[in-house]
Amino acid sequence: MRYVRRFSRTERVLHWVNAIGFFLLLATGLILYLPSLAADVGDRPTIKDIHFWGGIGWVAALVLVALLGDRRGLLRTAREIDGFSKQDLNWLRRRRPSEQGRFNAGQKLNASLTAAYLVLFFVSGMLLWAGERDTRFRFASTVILHDGLLYASLALLVGHLYLAVIHPATRHALRGMVTGTVREDWAHAHHPRWDVSD
Amino acid sequence: MEERKYGRGVFLATVAAGVSSLAWGRSAWSHVSSALGGAEAFVPLVPGGGWRIYTVADHMPVFDPETWQLRVGGLVQEPLTLDYGALRALPRTNQVRTFHCVTGWTVQDVHWSGVHLTDLFDRVKPLPEAGAVQFVSAEVPYVDYLSLRQASLADVMLAYEMNGKPLPQEHGAPIRLVIPEMYGYKNVKWVSEIRLVRQPEDGYWEQLGYDRDAWVGRSNGYSS
Ligand code: HEM
Repeated sequence: MRYVRRFSRTERVLHWVNAIGFFLLLATGLILYLPSLAADVGDRPTIKDIHFWGGIGWVAALVLVALLGDRRGLLRTAREIDGFSKQDLNWLRRRRPSEQGRFNAGQKLNASLTAAYLVLFFVSGMLLWAGERDTRFRFASTVILHDGLLYASLALLVGHLYLAVIHPATRHALRGMVTGTVREDWAHAHHPRWDVSD
Repeated sequence: MEERKYGRGVFLATVAAGVSSLAWGRSAWSHVSSALGGAEAFVPLVPGGGWRIYTVADHMPVFDPETWQLRVGGLVQEPLTLDYGALRALPRTNQVRTFHCVTGWTVQDVHWSGVHLTDLFDRVKPLPEAGAVQFVSAEVPYVDYLSLRQASLADVMLAYEMNGKPLPQEHGAPIRLVIPEMYGYKNVKWVSEIRLVRQPEDGYWEQLGYDRDAWVGRSNGYSS
């Protein structure tokens, strides 16, 4: 069986730092959000500190990985995610021909939305923190944005986890994010327009 | 073959929608939730009925009906100590009001039952120099103040029931202050002592920069 390289080390570290940070913030955020959890856990001030500083650490870690890692490779990947070919649009509309490159159109959308949610979580979280200290940063809608992102990002995450862990045809992709390589025949079948030599 | 830059388009449009929602999110949300108002009884739009539990200490006060007491004192002629039974024996009053948090969330149609503060004042008889009321929470160091006039508004109450059930621990069991026209941080939970004093001072959140007179929609940087 031949394997081909799918994700660089930088890309994998970035992905897993993002995932770990998200789950930490999700867990602490839910304790802040759900009355039953809040009552069981107690100690809101500590949970709040973990959540806030965890958010800062999460974003800082992502920036550091991007800066210290393979920047050129990341930029190239970003360009791949940015560009939608005719095939990509056909794929979204379930029309042929729709052979996909290294990323299919769904993966591209997932990546763009995830990045946007990250920025918005960070902005609204910083505003929640600053608004508690200064009325100039206090907006009645900040908490609604932060909560809305919780629901939006969970919806995206459920779809992502289903395809990456459960769905038989696609779950081989998880190997690419863990070890960096995937089976060559799988790559050909799912991403026929991906030039695996580069 | 030509490619379209939809990736950055999706990214930028989502960020723009999110940031601009700081201006319209709240009113959009209240339209949605009032349009679905009837449905909410069956499928809650938000978990926990929309409440967030804000606390400032590392654990919540525990209510023990056997030992619990409410002291009412300070600048009064006849200081008073009530146990839970005596509190429940006072004249009961009910109201249905919207609860407003200063961070922007609200909970509509909360049913409160409890005692009017003015009924307590009639019993302890404030001295002429009393101009304000201090509410001490069992959650140390939470404390807050109302002017005597604010505390004497007709709908200010000490609530011991919420939505037909004894006040749950996380909402301040056994009693919390309810002053619906002011933001939640004035609605002190776990009230354990009420003292008549000369004038209002800064409570817990006011020491951190929030307004003493926390009128909903007319304070803390909001105007509506
Ligand atoms: C990116 C950095 C983030 C920062 C700086 C941040 C910051 C904050 C702050 C300051 C609060 C307010 C706490 C309070 O005063 O009660 C908060 C609440 C919350 N956060 Fe975050 N957060 C971030 C990311 C996230 C993420 C990724 C999630 C979920 C996946 C999340 C979920 C929540 C929830 C559910 C609440 C409670 C909101 C409410 O009370 O309605 N946060 N966050």
